Amino acid sequence: MSSQLIKNNFRMDRLPHIWCPGCGHGIIMRSMAQAIQNLGLDKQKVCIVSGIGCSSRAPGYMDFNTLHTTHGRALAFATGVKLANPELKVIVVTGDGDCSAIGGNHLIHTARRNIDITTIVFNNNIYGMTGGQYSPTTPTNDFGTTAPFGNIDKAFDICKLVDGAGATYVARGTAYHVNQLTKIIEKAISNIGFSLVDAISICPTYYGRKNKKGTAVQMMNYLKDSAVDTKVAEKLPPEKLENKFFIGEFKNTTEPEYTEEYMKIIKKYQKER
Amino acid sequence: MKNRKVKLMQGNEACVEGALAAGMKFYAGYPITPSTEIAEICSQKLPLVGGKFIQMEDEIAGMAATIGGSLAGLKSMTATSGPGFSLKQENIGYAALAEVPCVIVDVQRAGPSTGLPTAPSQGDIMQAKWGTHGDHPVIALSPTSVKETFDLTVKCFNLSEKYRTPVMLMLDEIVGHMREKIEIPEADEIEIYDRKKPTQDEVDTYKAYRVNEGEIVPAMASFGEGFHFHVTGLMHDEFGFPSNDADTADKLLRRIMNKISDNVDDIVMFEEEFMEDAEMVVLAYGGTYRSARSAVKKARAMGLKVGLFKAITIWPFREKRVIEIAKDQKKILVPELNLGQYVLEVERIVAGKTEVHSLGKVNGEAITPDEILAKIREVL
Amino acid sequence: MVNQKEIRLSGSGGQGLILGGIILAEAAILDGNNAIQSQSYGPEARGGASKAEVIISNEAIDYPKVDKADLLLALTEVAYKKYIKTLKEDGILIVDSSVNIEDKNPSYKVMQIPILDTAFEKMGKGMVANIVALGVIREVTNVVSAESLEKAVLNRVPRGTEELNKKALMEGYLLASNRD
Repeated sequence: MSSQLIKNNFRMDRLPHIWCPGCGHGIIMRSMAQAIQNLGLDKQKVCIVSGIGCSSRAPGYMDFNTLHTTHGRALAFATGVKLANPELKVIVVTGDGDCSAIGGNHLIHTARRNIDITTIVFNNNIYGMTGGQYSPTTPTNDFGTTAPFGNIDKAFDICKLVDGAGATYVARGTAYHVNQLTKIIEKAISNIGFSLVDAISICPTYYGRKNKKGTAVQMMNYLKDSAVDTKVAEKLPPEKLENKFFIGEFKNTTEPEYTEEYMKIIKKYQKER
Repeated sequence: MKNRKVKLMQGNEACVEGALAAGMKFYAGYPITPSTEIAEICSQKLPLVGGKFIQMEDEIAGMAATIGGSLAGLKSMTATSGPGFSLKQENIGYAALAEVPCVIVDVQRAGPSTGLPTAPSQGDIMQAKWGTHGDHPVIALSPTSVKETFDLTVKCFNLSEKYRTPVMLMLDEIVGHMREKIEIPEADEIEIYDRKKPTQDEVDTYKAYRVNEGEIVPAMASFGEGFHFHVTGLMHDEFGFPSNDADTADKLLRRIMNKISDNVDDIVMFEEEFMEDAEMVVLAYGGTYRSARSAVKKARAMGLKVGLFKAITIWPFREKRVIEIAKDQKKILVPELNLGQYVLEVERIVAGKTEVHSLGKVNGEAITPDEILAKIREVL
Repeated sequence: MVNQKEIRLSGSGGQGLILGGIILAEAAILDGNNAIQSQSYGPEARGGASKAEVIISNEAIDYPKVDKADLLLALTEVAYKKYIKTLKEDGILIVDSSVNIEDKNPSYKVMQIPILDTAFEKMGKGMVANIVALGVIREVTNVVSAESLEKAVLNRVPRGTEELNKKALMEGYLLASNRD
């Protein structure tokens, strides 16, 4: 039996989705739908844009204006959509490889412009669609099919990256902490400017198996045990923060928004009709 | 008597004027010589008509945002030159498969690689046809003058809207950068074609990629108009949803190829002069056509029976007419600013029915009329 | 009868020769003729020898580039040396008086005129040298009408400099006619 949430926000004839059993992406996708519904957005004015990869299949299942683009370029396509029609609420669904490797340039520049686009990164620390290669968020020393002797790259902290680049709302959630994730996505969408939610997912099929992380349930337990809310973290001694990662809101500010600034130019210079 | 404005204008500027006349409301691009004037003028003029300009972080993003702008309902254009044209290719293929109308201007410069950034070339002619991977529909036009740049930019928009496909304007540095006299037509003299949209009573039955009876392409809704459809670069069914089904893929690709090949008569433009008694034809396009015309006139003055064929639409190729020329046993000479690209297509079509000669030049300078004349005398 | 004149304006970057070429072409169009203006771009346009080319014709112009010029304007020695080879044998060379002419017995006509001196010293505004030169060229060749040239100059120069530029044109006319 499908819930009302699913019936109202998904293309029922497109389900079930293609994701593997135990994958965290479905939870994040549902959380997005919940956030959109909680905000009472007009479905016809929501445009969900994605790139390529496991995460990027999400828009196909969601009953909105949806655009599945090329690898890494979702934010650039989304920028075109948003600037052409600023009435649309534009949400980008992307993965860790899609947005921080091949699309890294678009990520920092979209953040820099502070254009009103909400980006949800389905971050599973691996290239899943192509079969488990290491990504820019694969931790050092972990394994991937292209890191058979351990990964010697350092991992990106995507939140710090876009914070530095000029995003005005930055937060992290996980597929385990669903209620918090939904709240964060709501706030990200409500922010007028560039928002990014680093949504930590799990990939039991590739990342989990390669790195002996156990079953999907064990990986979920890892999220539960290792995530520390950033507000709580401030009060904890350093030894309690070893091997932990932070979730919650990192940045929530207001800066001039790109399309609003552009509309000011039009208003000032557009010739009388 | 129309009160047309007569102006001295640069080719790149005429491109923008043509785009605005055609209804362009969105431009996304990245600076690159020798196309940069197009971006500069768009940045100045688009807000004046309520349109949008954005300078993106790179060439790829320029193409991506152009497609996004079109999907949101605005007539969209980007401009670039050789290296940028290479970078845009993947997303040009996306626009072809997802059937998103848009115009890509390539002001060709000498390559490969960074090459000679300020020197003219026609080295991207084959890239215009084969640049993106996979079979895909292609329409490309190449202007020979500032006036024609205006007219063909309008035509590019019309063709892209009518056939729901990316259309390329293959300018070259010669035409893009020279200033010449142009009479700007009045707005009511310019034919404009706007994409066909579904009607509001089709909201519940709309299939984004179904071709209705008697139509060439599917009706195109914009995001935000109530149709909430899906667009993808994967092979897709009539709803626009991804499909791995062999028949669906085959049907889709053949449909988007056939919409061009079935309408060649509507798409292809060419002009001929001095053809009647010609024993030889110079087939030229873009900036080089002007050298060819000068050479043919000189040859005629010398009593040589030479005709002139101007290819305005580069892709698709005007096969029917060129086969006729070959059957008439007229020799064909193709001068071009590369080492022989378009001539390959001529040779393929002619298939040995007549002699085909190539005159190529890649030193960054225009082919002179005297160089073409010398080749004419050698061939005849 | 086709009457086509091909003109090459040369000097150093910053002397306003490209604007000069644009003005000359625009004047020709105002006269009802055809004209094409082109120029060098990139590193060549920034320092060193700079050039602008103009073709004026009463018929359609096919080949848009100037090969051998009917008239060469050279405001600097570097430009003179670089482009003198591209002047027609029976062409006209208008050269600034500061330039040292090597060829003592040329087939082309040489007119040494103090264009830069007139702009810098007499008018106190070096930036109008291009307009002085246009005045000289008009007076020598009659390739555009005085009326159209003045109109084209006023169309293209910055606001507030109209009177200065009209005066520069007059100085050019005087320089040319005083020679005869």
